[in-house]
Amino acid sequence: MALTGLVLIGFVLGHLLGNLLMFKGEKALNEYAQWLHDHAGLIWTARTVLVISVFAHIWVGIKLSLENKASREGGPAVDATRRATLASRTMPYSGVVILGFIVFHLLHYTFKAVAVSYQGDSVYAMVVAGFTQPAVALFYIVSMLLLCLHLGHGVSSVFQTLGLRNERWRGRLDALAQAYAWFIALGFISIPLAVLAGLIK
Amino acid sequence: MVQENGKETTLALKLRVWRQRRGQPGAFEEHALAAVPTSASFLEMMDMLNEQLIKQGKDTFAFDHDCREGICGMCSMTINGMPHGPLPGVTTCQLHMRNFRDGETITVEPWRARAFPVIKDLAVDRSAFDKVIQSGGFITVRTGSAPEANNIPVPKPVADEAMDAAECIGCGACVASCKNGSAMLFVGAKINHLNILPQGQAERDRRTLAMVKTMDEAGFGNCTNYGECQAHCPKSITLDVIAKLNRDYLRARVKEFFSSTGKPSKGGD
Repeated sequence: MALTGLVLIGFVLGHLLGNLLMFKGEKALNEYAQWLHDHAGLIWTARTVLVISVFAHIWVGIKLSLENKASREGGPAVDATRRATLASRTMPYSGVVILGFIVFHLLHYTFKAVAVSYQGDSVYAMVVAGFTQPAVALFYIVSMLLLCLHLGHGVSSVFQTLGLRNERWRGRLDALAQAYAWFIALGFISIPLAVLAGLIK
Repeated sequence: MVQENGKETTLALKLRVWRQRRGQPGAFEEHALAAVPTSASFLEMMDMLNEQLIKQGKDTFAFDHDCREGICGMCSMTINGMPHGPLPGVTTCQLHMRNFRDGETITVEPWRARAFPVIKDLAVDRSAFDKVIQSGGFITVRTGSAPEANNIPVPKPVADEAMDAAECIGCGACVASCKNGSAMLFVGAKINHLNILPQGQAERDRRTLAMVKTMDEAGFGNCTNYGECQAHCPKSITLDVIAKLNRDYLRARVKEFFSSTGKPSKGGD
């Protein structure tokens, strides 16, 4: 989970930084998109690594959840959780919604198969056209909040799995994970919000 | 708390206690118990319940206990959903009835985990822990006369850290409190205790790999960093031992993968 998660944690940052070019203007974003397409080797290497990571992450996640459910045999009749966070307890659920989001997102902006009528060459115009639909924008925003929840637990867990955590650093690493998760989520959310508010046209 | 002016009072309790025979499904049984002194330990309260059941000609509840001073790791019981009850950092035998209210309903269950099958009522079979220890939780040494204490210097911080890990009494509350039924805190404590001491170096990698393998085979779950084990551990062992277990396991796996066979490869370079 940690190694594949690490790839995905890095990917969302790269994806976000690219997306934020929306605020720089149409030209900047489209040039960046064109640059990516001009470097077919780079983009296909990244895509291959991502697809393998996503499938491995899901596979291990399912295996983990099933094994863990079986190990507990229902647990005690009275629930008395002391410190397990909401994020830690909902990782499989936030993960499933994020998977659904990824599928929709690819159909939406990569294959342009759903919910976008725009078929031109400008990525910028396509994004604006996509987010002018409030239902679509809302789905993106909710998904990103769940991604925030998922990352908040996931990023700090990476350190524990790799053995790079102790009681002294636990609090700081948890705070770092929260900061990262909110930076990613709010960064992504800022784009549909800006479109809805009419700041990006 | 019912203690008034430092004086002892008594409680009347409603108890929901788990009744089960090996291999059969279990259920809760309800019993009323009066005149429980607030100074009684939880186990003494259970003794009172069993005496009452004997007088009524009924079957007593089986539960594990031994030293009754918080160091043997024998007592268990999930009390109101919490292994070892509501007080952090104590075992069931050191939990006193002054921590409960008069008229309270207390739910008492066994440890709940697949790797710990119920023997009877509240007593579970924890031999899965013994198997983990047998697979590597020891240091192979020459037996006989005690070695000279200062032959092997152990730095004070290392000795302290090993002692912190060695506080683990192997009761199984970490498994019982974990929502995944994971034994990582127990195995982490044992691995840390031995792996950081100079005496433990010779078998360090073999120990780590063997204990993790045995743990997985015993049917324990996996760690997903809930932190419930630390919050329920009667010895307050921290998640540090799990991070270090992960580190030592990674190290051992990498070393095993790139270990030398001592022979040239067939293809030759």
